[in-house]
This record gives sequence, C-alpha cells and structure tokens, in this order.
Amino acid sequence: MTQTATLFENGAVDVLTFDLDGEVFAIEATLVQEVMDKAPETSVPGAPAFVDAVINFRGRIIPLADLRLAFSLGAHDPSLDSRIIVIAHEMDGETTLIGLRADKVYEVTTLSEAATEAPPRIGLRWRQDFIQCLAKHEDDIIVVPDLGAIFASRGQPKAGASITSLSTH
Amino acid sequence: MSAVDPVEIFHAEAQELLEQIEQGLLDLSHRPGDKELVAAVFRALHTLKGSGAMFGFDALANFTHHCETAFDRVRKGEVPATPDLVSAVLNAMDHMRALAEQKPCDPAEGEALLAELERVVALASGHAPASATPSSPAAAAPAAVDAGPARKTWQVVFTLAQDVLVNGTRPLPMLDELRELGECEIRALTDAIPPLEALNPAHCHLGWEVTLTTDQGRSAIEDVFIFVMDDMTLDIQEVGGEPPADVLADAPTPTAPAAVELAPATAGAAHPEADVATAAANGDAKSARADASVRVPAQRLDELMDRVGELVIAQSRLKQIAGASQDMNLRSVAEEIEHLASELRDSMMSVRMVPVAQLFGRFRRLIHDLARDTGKDIDLITEGETTELDKTVIERLADPLVHLIRNSADHGLETPAERLAAGKPAKGRIILAARQAGAEVVITVKDDGRGVNRDRVRAKAEENGLLAPGAVISDSDLLQMIFQPGFSTAAKVTNLSGRGVGMDVVKRTIEGLRGALELSSPAGEGSQVALRIPLTLAIIDGLLVRVGTTRYVIPLSAVEECLELTPEQDVRSTGRSVLTIRDQLVPFLRLRSMFNTKAPPDVYQKIVVVSTGGERVGLVVDQILGDHQTVIKPLSAFHAEVGAFSGATILGDGGVALILDVGHLTTEAAQNDPAPLRAAS
Repeated sequence: MTQTATLFENGAVDVLTFDLDGEVFAIEATLVQEVMDKAPETSVPGAPAFVDAVINFRGRIIPLADLRLAFSLGAHDPSLDSRIIVIAHEMDGETTLIGLRADKVYEVTTLSEAATEAPPRIGLRWRQDFIQCLAKHEDDIIVVPDLGAIFASRGQPKAGASITSLSTH
Repeated sequence: MSAVDPVEIFHAEAQELLEQIEQGLLDLSHRPGDKELVAAVFRALHTLKGSGAMFGFDALANFTHHCETAFDRVRKGEVPATPDLVSAVLNAMDHMRALAEQKPCDPAEGEALLAELERVVALASGHAPASATPSSPAAAAPAAVDAGPARKTWQVVFTLAQDVLVNGTRPLPMLDELRELGECEIRALTDAIPPLEALNPAHCHLGWEVTLTTDQGRSAIEDVFIFVMDDMTLDIQEVGGEPPADVLADAPTPTAPAAVELAPATAGAAHPEADVATAAANGDAKSARADASVRVPAQRLDELMDRVGELVIAQSRLKQIAGASQDMNLRSVAEEIEHLASELRDSMMSVRMVPVAQLFGRFRRLIHDLARDTGKDIDLITEGETTELDKTVIERLADPLVHLIRNSADHGLETPAERLAAGKPAKGRIILAARQAGAEVVITVKDDGRGVNRDRVRAKAEENGLLAPGAVISDSDLLQMIFQPGFSTAAKVTNLSGRGVGMDVVKRTIEGLRGALELSSPAGEGSQVALRIPLTLAIIDGLLVRVGTTRYVIPLSAVEECLELTPEQDVRSTGRSVLTIRDQLVPFLRLRSMFNTKAPPDVYQKIVVVSTGGERVGLVVDQILGDHQTVIKPLSAFHAEVGAFSGATILGDGGVALILDVGHLTTEAAQNDPAPLRAAS
C-alpha cells in the first residue's frame, strides 16, 4: 500500500504505457530515460533468461530485461513495433540503467489514484507481489508492475522465489 | 561539483599528515638523533592540531596538543627520541586517526595513551644527559653551545612567500618574537613592492632585515620561522661576537666542531653550516613537491577515465566510417583524432599510475607492530618502490599484502632462538619487491623463515576433507591446498593470522584484479608468494574472437598462441578434448557448447591457447577477428553472478562484446569435467 501511496504523490502520476503480448503495462514516466528502436543485442550465456542479453546504450552497457517472462507471457519475434524502454532503476542503492523489452509502446498518460486498485488476492494468474496496482484507463486495465520486486527475484514467475519477496515487504 | 565539503578536505589533509607523522616516527626509530625528522614530525603534529581546531575537531586538537607538547621537548633536545617514546607517540597517533575519522572513541583510552606518553617522556628525560628543565644551569656541555653566555650579533634577512598572508601567517608576531631574543634593529625591505596599479593588497611584498644581538644560538632564530620555513627565503649571517666569550663554549669558531662531534646525540647542537645546508635542502625538497603535485579526488579521475574510454570507443567508430569513405579530408581528420585519442589515453593512464612506494610505506608500521607482538626481530626490505600501478589496483592490493606479510611474520619467521639454532641470523627478513614484467607487475612477498610445513598442510587438508587420507599428490598441488577456502595451518589461532580469513580470500582478491598468484617454498628456505597483477583495470589489450554470431574478447596477456583445429583432431577429440602441442597435452574447451551456440559452426575451427595459473587450456572458437583495444565496462548486478565474464566492451560498430574471464572458465570446466584437466597437470 505504501508503494501505491508513493506512486501517487498528488493523486495522479504520469506513466508510459506499453504492450506486452496484448496486455497493457505502465511505468512511471520519470523513470524512463529513452525509448529505443531495436538495438543490436549481445546475449550473455549462462545468465537468467529474464536478463539474457546486454545492449550498448550511449556508451554504457546495460542489461536487457524481459518482463514477459516475469508475467508468463508469450514472447514474440521482434516486429517493427518492438521497442526497448531504458529506465533508471534504484538497485542496491545504486542507480542502474536497465532496458525493458516491449512489443509496442503506446503513450505517456496520466493515471489518477482514484481509478486504481490493489491487485486482487485471488483470480490473478501472476505473482501478486509483482504488481504495484491495477488501473482502469478508458476501457482497458493497465498493470503497473512492481519493478523492485521483479528485479530482486530476477523475474521468476513462480513461487519459490516468493520467500525472498515476502521478506522484502 | 565545486562545493566540496570542508570536512572532506580536512579528512584528506589529516590522512596525509598522519601518514607523514607515521613515516617520520618510523624513520626516527632507526635514526633517533635526526633533528630534521624530529622537526618534520613536530611540524606535522602542529599543523594537524591547527587544522583540527579550525574544522571543529576539538577533541583531536586537544589530544594532538598534548602530543605536540611532548614532542616539542624532543625537538628542543631536552628528551631523546627513545624507542619507547616513538612507540607511545605511534599509539597516540592511532587514536588521533580515529578522532580525525570521527569514529566513536573512548576518551578514557585517550587519557591512558597520554598518561603513557607522559610516563615515557619522564623516563626518557631521566636518561637525558642532564636534568630535564631547560633552565637548569647544569645543562650538559653541548647545551652550552646554545645557552652559553656568548652574545653574538646576527644579520637576519628574510622574505616570505607572496601568498603567506592568505594562509594566515602574520609577520608581526615573528618580528616580536625576534625582539624577545635580544636587542633588535628591524628594517623593512621595500624594493620588491610593485607600482601601485600592480599592487595586490592581499600579497606580502615586504622583506625584512634584522640586526639582532642575542645570547641565543642560530637554532633559536630559526625556530621563529619554523612553520613558514618551507616557503620563504631566510639568510642568517653571523656578523660578530660582541664580547668574545670563552672559545670552547663558542660553537661556531673553528675549534668547535670537534667538541660538537663529541656529543652527536644531542639534538640541540649541530654544526651551523650543516644546519643551514639541511634546512635549505629541506625547503627545496618541500617546495618542489608542492609545485609538482595537485590533489584531485580519485572519483574525478575515474570520471575522466570513463570519458576517455567513451572517446576511444567513439574514435574507433569514426575510424570505421572513415575507412569506408573516399573523402580524404575525413580520413586525415579521423587519423589525427585516432592519434590524439591514443595519446590522451596514455597520459590518462599515467595519471592514474602511482608508485607502489605508497603501498609499501604502510607496511613499515605493520612490521613494527608485528615485531613487537611476536617478539621476533624483523627486517622489512622493500625493492622496486618506484614501480607504478593503477591507483585502484594499489588500493585493492593493500589487504591481501597485509595478510601475506602477517603470514610471513607469524608462521614463516622463526623466533630468534630458533633461527640461531638453524644457523640463520637472529633477525628475520621479509622482502617486499615489485617489478614490472611486460603488461604485468609482479609483487613478491618473501621471507627467510622455515617455509611451508608440508606435513601440517597435508594433515590439515585431510582433516578438512580436502584431500583423501594418504592420497598421492604432487608437491605443488599440496601447496595449492593453502588457497582452498577454510584452510589455515596455524596450530593455534593467534592475534595476527589464522582468523578464518585465509589465503583463499587473498587468492580471490588477486583474481578479481585479473591477476594470479604463485606460492613457492623450498623446505627450510622460507617461502615466497608472487602476485602477478595487470598494470591497469580500465583498458586492456584483447583478442577479439567470434563464437557463433557473438563476439568475445580474450585478454591478450593470457593468450599464448593460436592454432587451427584440424577436422581430424576435431573428430578424434570428441571423446577426450585434449590435443598435443609440441609433445604436451593441452586440454581444450569448446566455447560453442559452453555457450550453447546454435548457429552452425565454421568449417575450420580455431584454438586460442591461454595460460592461467601455470595451466594451459585451449579455447575453441569459430573465428579469430584480431586484436582490440578494450575499454572494460562492468556488467550489471544481474550478470555479476555469471562468472564466465569479467566485463564487457563496446566495439567499433557499436556492438557489445563480452570479456572472457579465462581463470573462471577453466576452473568451471575442471569442475564439470575434471578428467581432461587432470591430464594437463
């Protein structure tokens, strides 16, 4: 709950919405550094599938994370719409740049706190702690993922890692 | 960016001063009579006190004040610098360091240290040639040189550094102090004052000429200037004794030197000419040092290094574009930029290089303490102190070296009695040496102690389950056991070593620096650990190879040779993955299968033979692309767990290549499939 509170400082927040396998996700717009077209990827053998590659972002080598794996969504071959969203994420006290794969990037929009709900305890096929909140926007439901929890568990979609995620709360 | 925290500045300064004090004190324990050293330590203490008070470190200022007072008596020659006294001040210094770093300290501890210092000073002054107080009429013969009734007239000419007023020095109190010494005639030298329009009111343009008649000696006059001596010109000439007093008591007359030499240990008396010469030399050296160096926070250097790294990457892209272009102008500019970038990189690297002397200096104190704690007599000999290494590397080497030196002192060296019994000199030696060998620096820690006890190593290894009881193992493999985690041969855990952090930590740190270490120990002849460290962490020469569609960089320093894997070898070796190079068996790893490469293999596979820790391993790749200047970029926390790579680099076309951690690859391969690796050793 506290996370939702920090997300909506003045009752509303600007987010960038994007598509992952037909689902609409949103991340805080202030975290976003850049939206890139496809960049040459270098796969890292032996790395978790969730972050299996690195890319060159303005002279820095940043990991490329695939949120689809965390939400057990199907991966698509890169299309003309595929983008990489580069975000600055606070990890272990250090700001780390991370690229997120997206099937499509929509727009920057404003979510109001009134239209959001905490993730339901049941009826959700995703790990509850991976979701910060759900927002109704126009006719859609937008998922606001909890990036901290996802990165901490390296995007493991199943329990097992959930013990660590419990202790982070 | 420019708003620097004053407390940070003080920390940096205090650190430097404490180091000066420490080095001075340690030198002093070897040359107790060196007046210059005493003065240097005193000055550093004084400055520390002053800046401590200025930045609000009152506890430090107070504490230092007491030490300074004690040391002042040494400076005045009232108390000799006995080893006990040096030790006491060293201990007090540790307390100062804690205060300066604002660590929680027990005031009672400080009191105890001061009490100890006081006791030692009192004891030492008891040993002084005469009773302690300076006013004592019985001050021994050498003191007569200073305190004798000889009144002499001195011509003192001095000018201060221009910016001296900015630093808070005031000339007036100095003149007052001179007046207190005796009859004084002071004349200001105004010839250096510039015309009004060029006059900077904050600068000191005046000089002074003082004719002083006093019964005090030259050193009393010099003392007036002690804190500004480094940056001033000072000329003290004797113009004539007033009443020509007793010749014997009058040091500077020609017959006197013999008398002075009879009492060499007294700090108060020294040959006047020698005195001036040393003071001048001292001043020169100091000012030269001040001119030659600028203090820059290490973080800014790192930032600058990052920029240079990015420039090198951008430059190699430019080179690629220019190479494909017909435009001669573009080509020549690209060439010029390549030249400049490589020069810039070289000078940036040299900026980051610091002599290992900085590192070695810290260990003198360690040896001092170790010798005291173990009751052993230890000599630390350092060699190759001017060898330079990247600053980051130096910092990360400190802990492993402390551990190795402790090990040598604690386990390696015998007690004096044992040494004499073994026909060795009573004094043990630890030799710390550095030398450059190609793109590596080799640092060796060597002692002439009893060497590694094989039986004890074996017993311990068997006890920890690292070795099967009675297993046959080569001598070098047995020695390698020491580097296994959780291994410590110390029969009893001492204060010095054997605290659980063992040689495995040393090994890991060195490997983290992409270095290697070797232990050799002929029985009974002491032991030697050689650390091989790459010159820098930031940029390396690499060999660019391709495996499948991905490119990788192998550090060139590890590469021994490149061969072709013939189809026959390829087929034949599927079972055992070993090939023969000049009658030696070399195991090899197929990077394609290690990295799960799906793209079809090239017809002619290549083998890059690398050596790690004395072992040779072949790495099978699809193509060798050539050498590549590699700017090492760290991988994110996500990939830190993937040990096979020590970092990544950006290539000329903007793509990313991973840098192979050769040592890690081979150990991993050995664990998965130990059989082929055994065959090699």
